[in-house]
Formats: sequence, C-alpha cells, structure tokens
Amino acid sequence: MSVITIERKVLEKNDEIARQNRALFAEHGLFVINLVSSPGAGKTSLLERTLEHLAGSLPLAVIEGDVQTDLDAQRVARYGVPAVQIVTAGGCHLEAQLVRDALGALDLARVRLLIIENVGNLVCPSNYDLGEAMKVVVASTTEGDDKPLKYPAMFRNAAVMIINKIDLVPYLPCDPARLRANALQINPALRVFETSCTTGAGIPAWSAWLVEQSGSAVRTA
Amino acid sequence: MHELSIAQSILEIVRQNLPLDREVSVSVVRLRIGVMAGVIPDSLEFCFSAIAQGTPAEGAALEIEHVPLTARCAACGRESAIEPTRFICPLCGSNDLTVAGGREMQVREIEIADGNGSGP
Repeated sequence: MSVITIERKVLEKNDEIARQNRALFAEHGLFVINLVSSPGAGKTSLLERTLEHLAGSLPLAVIEGDVQTDLDAQRVARYGVPAVQIVTAGGCHLEAQLVRDALGALDLARVRLLIIENVGNLVCPSNYDLGEAMKVVVASTTEGDDKPLKYPAMFRNAAVMIINKIDLVPYLPCDPARLRANALQINPALRVFETSCTTGAGIPAWSAWLVEQSGSAVRTA
Repeated sequence: MHELSIAQSILEIVRQNLPLDREVSVSVVRLRIGVMAGVIPDSLEFCFSAIAQGTPAEGAALEIEHVPLTARCAACGRESAIEPTRFICPLCGSNDLTVAGGREMQVREIEIADGNGSGP
C-alpha cells in the first residue's frame, strides 16, 4: 500500500478553459455576464426586456443554456440578436467548454456585450467559471426575501443582484428591503437593481449600466 | 445535482496519477471540500462509486476533509470562522472580508495497492 500525493483542484480543467475564454473575450473587448437564478425567476424575460431596450444601440449576442429545448433561443432571436442555444440534456449548469463550443457560432468581432443565460439553478453554476466578467443573479419577489440566506455561495460570487417582479410586491409577503439586506449581509459589494419585466420598471437603469460596463471593457488585441 | 460531473473530474484526476508501470487498485481517495463548495458528500460518494466500477478506483472509499468557512478581515487583518449567511468579522464587526477558506474542492491524495488490492 502506498500513498500518492495529488493536491489538484477538481475543477482545474474547467478553470483552465474559462481562463482561455476570458482571454478571448478580452481580445475582442467583450463584456460578458453570466446570468443565474432559480428556475422561473425571470432570466429570459429580463433578457427580452433588455434586448428590446438595447438592440440597435449596442451590438450584443446571447448564449442560452437550458436543460431541454431551444425555446429560449427562439424567444431571444425575435429581437434580431445572434443567439446560440446550449442544451445540456439534463446537466444542471453550463461549463466553460460548452460556452467555448458555442462561441464558434458567433462573430465576436461584431459583439460588445455577451449575455450567457445559465441553467436555472442557484447551486451548481456558482462553482463553474465560464470566463465571464461577472455573475448577475436574479432573485424574484415571488421566491421570498430569504433566498440569499438559502443560497449564500451564489450571492457571494455574484457582482450584481436584480430583484425582479418588483411590481408584485403589494401582493406578496416579500419585503424587497429585507431581500436586499439579506443579500448585502453576504456580499456588501453587490450592485442591486429592481426590475419588473411586466411594467418595464428598472429596465432603463439596468440597461444603461450594461452599456456603461460594455463601454469600459478594454480590447487587448 | 452536479455531483456526477464532479465525480467524473475526480476520477479523471485519480487515473492521471496512477503509476503506469504496474496494475494497481485505489483503496482511498482523499478530498478537501469547503462548506461553500456546494457539494453534497453522500451524493458525491454515490456518483463516484457508480462511475468507478470497472476502473482501478472501483470500491475506493472517499474520505472528505471538510473545510469550514473562514475569512480575512481587511479592517483588523485577522482571520476568523464565519457563517455562510453572515459575512461580518466577529472580531471587529467590519464587512470588508475576503474568503480565506471554505470554497476548496481538491483531490489531496490517494492510497493504492498493487494488483487487485491484496498485494503488499
């Protein structure tokens, strides 16, 4: 019997591909966000509203991750935005390799903002770096204000939190101030936006922020 | 849910580290996993034992060293254990913290035996 010392990160392969993706994004001066949430929080609706607001003024592209179907890519394609669907066929998260494969279908030279919509899941995607500049977590008011406490890793790893379905607050036992406080207790640096994809509230501020961030992404080559 | 893909990565790393000059079997795989890594140990063990069948790691036990969440405080410079839901320095009350431990997901070492495991 003998012991072999290994000391290697389990996800080192994913991390390495994510690093290569990040270098490729930097080369093209691309701002890339990884949009995460639980199922039904409104990622795709938010994306549609954002595209409605930005299409024509900011060259963007979308990578859609879903367990099954290309329904989301179809929804997004209506806005005339290049969209690639990744079907994970049961997989609960996107991995860097899947994103790299999808990038082949996009003309990155023509894109400034790439939005990657992850599979609806607040656990697994927090472990998998895709090469993005930041994770944006969508928490909807219908999920309750304790969501950040239940999934702290995701809220800690995100740079932005969007409180979606803000129009439903009058009908729900959810206090957006408490939701915000719970998230900030885990990650005081979180940038918070409140949106409603039904009324359009908050979409201009969120979109303007995306434009500003995309403008400051520096091209390295 | 993602334990299967993590188990596959672990098995791949284990196999890459086996000696090439002789047949061995792996009896123990030692892992270091942080409390904030989002891994469910039971699920990981189940997935690993399933995919390890027919490989040198068939029947290997997973020994997991759980790493608590610790953070370094920028205000007072000290490191403390904290709760995942409350990123506040227990010593000075600052919230300017950097995670020092608790996110790890590493393969530390393996124990191997020659042949079918009954060797010296």
